[in-house]
Amino acid sequence: MLEVKGLHARVEGKDILKGLDLTVRAGEVHAIMGPNGSGKSTTAHVLAGREGYEVTAGSVLFDGKNLLELEPEKRACEGIFLGFQYPVEIPGVSNLTLLKAALNARRKYRGQPEIEATDFLAWVRDRAKLVKIDPKMLSRGVNEGFSGGEKKRNEILQMLILEPRLMILDETDSGLDIDALKIVADGINALRSPERATILVTHYQRLLDYVQPDYVHVLAGGRMVRSGGPELARELEEKGYGWLEAA
Amino acid sequence: MATQPQDIQELMRRREYSAGFITSIESETIAPGLSEDVVRMISARKQEPEWLLDFRLKAYRRWLKMEQPKWAHVHYPQIDYQAISYYSQPKSHKDGPKSLDEVDPKLLETYKKLGIPLKEQEMLAGVAMDVVFDSVSVATTFRKKLGEAGVIFCSISEAVREYPELVRKYMGSVVPFGDNFYAALNSAVFTDGSFVFIPKGVRCPMELSTYFRINERNTGQFERTLIVAEEGAYVSYLEGCTAPQRDENQLHAAVVELVALDDAQIKYSTVQNWYPGDEEGRGGIYNFVTKRADCRGRRSKVSWTQVETGSAITWKYPSCILRGDDSVGEFYSVALTHHRQQADTGTKMIHVGKNTRSTIVSKGISAGHGQQSYRGLVRVLESAENARNHTQCDSLLIGDQCGAHTFPYTEVRNPSARLEHEATTSKIAEDQLYYCRARGISEEEAVSMIVNGFCKEVFKELPMEFAVEAGKLLAVSLEGSVG
Repeated sequence: MLEVKGLHARVEGKDILKGLDLTVRAGEVHAIMGPNGSGKSTTAHVLAGREGYEVTAGSVLFDGKNLLELEPEKRACEGIFLGFQYPVEIPGVSNLTLLKAALNARRKYRGQPEIEATDFLAWVRDRAKLVKIDPKMLSRGVNEGFSGGEKKRNEILQMLILEPRLMILDETDSGLDIDALKIVADGINALRSPERATILVTHYQRLLDYVQPDYVHVLAGGRMVRSGGPELARELEEKGYGWLEAA
Repeated sequence: MATQPQDIQELMRRREYSAGFITSIESETIAPGLSEDVVRMISARKQEPEWLLDFRLKAYRRWLKMEQPKWAHVHYPQIDYQAISYYSQPKSHKDGPKSLDEVDPKLLETYKKLGIPLKEQEMLAGVAMDVVFDSVSVATTFRKKLGEAGVIFCSISEAVREYPELVRKYMGSVVPFGDNFYAALNSAVFTDGSFVFIPKGVRCPMELSTYFRINERNTGQFERTLIVAEEGAYVSYLEGCTAPQRDENQLHAAVVELVALDDAQIKYSTVQNWYPGDEEGRGGIYNFVTKRADCRGRRSKVSWTQVETGSAITWKYPSCILRGDDSVGEFYSVALTHHRQQADTGTKMIHVGKNTRSTIVSKGISAGHGQQSYRGLVRVLESAENARNHTQCDSLLIGDQCGAHTFPYTEVRNPSARLEHEATTSKIAEDQLYYCRARGISEEEAVSMIVNGFCKEVFKELPMEFAVEAGKLLAVSLEGSVG
């Protein structure tokens, strides 16, 4: 599904990614871990297409298509979803407005007609239950006045509604209490299927207790320095990253 | 990283003005220039009574002694008032149409392009319309239904002929002929406009609407609107404006007078989309307008709602004189400036009566090199016991070449007054756009969504069908405003 080869990327004149490789097949869950500043968030944003994240070498194929030449919105319509580490507030624009526009953009991209208003509302209400979001919150401005935990749950809600094929979650677990973490994990697991894949960018083992990864990668200095199964995450939890960087 | 200014400028060039077509209709336009003879000629053509000619001549003589105001935060070359033609009418309408069937099909085609098919509008939308094309009022729909309710809705020229006593009683009573430079000019040379009269106790059975269009080259448009709501009457009125795309600037100097008697309510909404000029600032309408409401009666209420997206320069301050005790004035405004557009707009709330209340909500959006000023005056006279005002001015900037300015003035002569003022300035942030795009929404759609969110408070004041239109208009006006 996703094939990243020898990816080099630069942000504000600084080389961050230095030859990143990653292969994700449908149905898999990958966890990317690593120390601060190793390039985890940069990887997420490069995949989503953020402006100013300049790719200097390497390739990214998504279902065989060159992802790097697509605009961020086209990537989203192709089925990539980025859950933000810091979800953005958009005052005055309701969550429902954003969701409807996002859903219809996808439908338009696929040549489908716009969704019926009643179908849309029913679908949103149904999904909101999964992440225990009060439907009243949906009429409020996007992330406006939401607590940290609410923002993260809102990211998961958007994901549940948009049903992407590749979910990239950038530290969605950080700053969550244990209850919120479970809700977020339930949301991610609800979308797990043989057709979909997930990339979890995280600092901690604890999310992985609820969302079992197939692969764990350690990113350091802009490259994957180690890949393995779920046991690698536990090893990291015990030993930290120092032993890898030294290696 | 962030949207770069050069990208913004590059992308801004893409914008097109969708109402910029010219209708080729044979017109009779008088030679450019202004003199007493021209004023007399306009009055004679319209077969006006002596008192109206006097009104025009007094205004003209006053205007000669006046100077163009210079205090507004707008810049433009000196206007040559002798280069403008003060009267133009489509030739085939010399005698005026009796019904829609008599209207030139080409004109109807024009309105279709503007998205206001009169026939359809008449049947489907239930909106009664008066259309002013250059200087002459072309068609008024729904005459009969309104007549049954006792409502008068016609062109001002017709009103002068049919209801001279009403026009004479109220015209110039809110905006005197010498009020300001442009109002004096309008009073001297106004050619047409709308007249609305809602008698005592009548709630106007439908929304009333007027569309203005400047078609001819080198003509000015000087329309005059007069709305009178008698005791307990209610009316909601909407005006829309467009003009063809031309290289030279054209002048539009209108006067609107509203009179609300005891317990009367007038809701006046404007969607102004005059040609704004191109990205270099060539062409466009100079929109210098005097709008004022006199809340003469107790508990009377006037709401001004405006969506201003067009014009090269906008200079307008729809105001309320809150004379009656317990009267209410409201001003809701969205103004957008893009490319080289300049707008200096706001309101005046003059509190005279006791317990008078006013609300001001102004939303300014600047993109490109647009310059925008909010200018508002809240004046509380000694007599205005317990006056209240709430003012909120928000500015939204798109790109880093535009400007937003706020000039609030207050004059309070009664210590019981309570005034509140809130102001904010914000920018559409790069991370907001990225967030929307990462959800699959294109950049332009994201901008328009954010701008619409910003304007929501004002749009909800517009009649339903026009709120949607206003949202779309903003989206079109902002095309290419971000890179």
